[in-house]
Amino acid sequence: MTELLEVSDLVIEYHGATVVRAVDEVSLTIAPGEVLALVGESGCGKSSLARAVVGMEKPRAGAVTYRGAEVPLLGVRRRRAQFTSIQMVFQDPNSSLNPRVRVGQQISEGIRAAVERGDEGSQPEEWLERVGLPTEMVSRYAHELSGGQRQRVAIARALAARPDLLVADEPISALDASSQASVADMMRKLALDAGAGLLFISHDLAIVRLIADRTVVMYRGKVVESGVSDLIWNDPRHPYTRALISAIPEPDGTGTLPAAPAAEAPEEWRMTLPEALNRA
Amino acid sequence: MRTRWLKIPAAWITPLGVIGAVIAITWVGIAFTARLWVPFDPLSQDLPRLQAPGIDTLMGTDALGRDIFSRLMTGASVTIPLALMLVLMSLAVGTLIGAIAGYFGKWVDELLMRLTDLVMAFPTVILAMVVAAALGPSLFNAVIAAFVVSWPQYARMTRSIVLGLRTQNYVMAGRLMGFSPFKTLRVDIAPNVVGPILVLASLDVGTAILLLSGLSFLGLGAQPPTAEWGSMISAAIQNFDSWWIGLFPGLAILTVVMAFNFVGDSLRDIFDPTSQVSRAGARS
Repeated sequence: MTELLEVSDLVIEYHGATVVRAVDEVSLTIAPGEVLALVGESGCGKSSLARAVVGMEKPRAGAVTYRGAEVPLLGVRRRRAQFTSIQMVFQDPNSSLNPRVRVGQQISEGIRAAVERGDEGSQPEEWLERVGLPTEMVSRYAHELSGGQRQRVAIARALAARPDLLVADEPISALDASSQASVADMMRKLALDAGAGLLFISHDLAIVRLIADRTVVMYRGKVVESGVSDLIWNDPRHPYTRALISAIPEPDGTGTLPAAPAAEAPEEWRMTLPEALNRA
Repeated sequence: MRTRWLKIPAAWITPLGVIGAVIAITWVGIAFTARLWVPFDPLSQDLPRLQAPGIDTLMGTDALGRDIFSRLMTGASVTIPLALMLVLMSLAVGTLIGAIAGYFGKWVDELLMRLTDLVMAFPTVILAMVVAAALGPSLFNAVIAAFVVSWPQYARMTRSIVLGLRTQNYVMAGRLMGFSPFKTLRVDIAPNVVGPILVLASLDVGTAILLLSGLSFLGLGAQPPTAEWGSMISAAIQNFDSWWIGLFPGLAILTVVMAFNFVGDSLRDIFDPTSQVSRAGARS
């Protein structure tokens, strides 16, 4: 099977007072119609990786290949049409919509990108319906919507561009618990309906389990465990993955607080377990 | 009308803002119509010299027997349109340069910002005087001189706003959809820069009038016999006893500058929510 996206030995570094290696030789692939989840604690390099996938971050080493072509850096030049089928949903719904442009207009820009690649075109209202929003919202501005509605509009805009690869950088973390699962589920359905690959980034393993075919667990810039989601959930091999799963609060009424993963950070979390990788 | 267009809640319409707007609009109206209704030819020297304000000459006459009221009103049609034009020119050039610097970054930014630093390093009036003196004294050259010193502040402000907007997610989303750089500037950036720049421009009209009259006062702007407020005040120095020669042009400058400042201040309150909060707090 040809891969839609291939990330190979990607290294991302930030050069400030000290050099921070945010992503350290990470490789992963996404096939069309596949949902890959990337999980890990804050600061483990998930977002850096997502930004590098769409071309917002310059890799220090390694490559991001989309359909056999290297993803160009999102510079000041206009992005070529072949790469506008990579779309992204951002973490912060408040800054993902232009405050001065009506919602319908912003979705239309996504539709225009799809039409430029030869799509027959669609109406903004259809997309609002698909993400579960009333069609009257086309004439609203971002500040008139709630956070969850904004995120749905951002998803609608990204989907209206008919992406073949949708990168979602913690799209649900700014939402309340009740809408997190529904938005995540909706994203999976809509992406799969369109035959697109979905790279879903989250720190919430419980939700990821529900929507992802495969899961990649990152810790301090490295992949510590990867493979079929159910395997990882039911039988975690790497100590860090185990710690992540045990950190999910359970409504068991006993009142025990989950162990905070980053608090003590045992040395074993950093080890490489070959049997925890590419589990099938 | 205006309030509905800008969507200003009634509470934001401040007395000072309304007074400022009324005075400013009145002056602009005078500026564009004065030549049609002033009682005397502003250049004719037929009246008695140095006549005190009275019934036939509302604001008296100057040392050459010209009616000050007529000169003052037609003076508005010299200074105000030029000041507005100056502001528009600085705004257009300054925002364009600032937007390009902020958006393209790197060496473009470096080059353009060092250029604005160079201009801003000089005291405004001194640099304007140098330019005006070098080009030769005339109103047109005074406008050019004032333009040279006034565009950098627009460039600075636009650049800083664009720099902040450039990394906003919606700008990135547009780029991912294949927006060209100029579409990004037009759709995602420009509408979000307009507010603060409008405030700066309305505050700047007053400064522009002061600068133009200042240059004329120094003899670097309007040349005799043109009726211009700054040169009228300058002429008043020769006849200090006739208070009315300098007082009325001075009052004209005062009212128009203050009016535009009031308008700018209330626009700032409208566009900047944080100043809203502080003012509401001060009121209660």
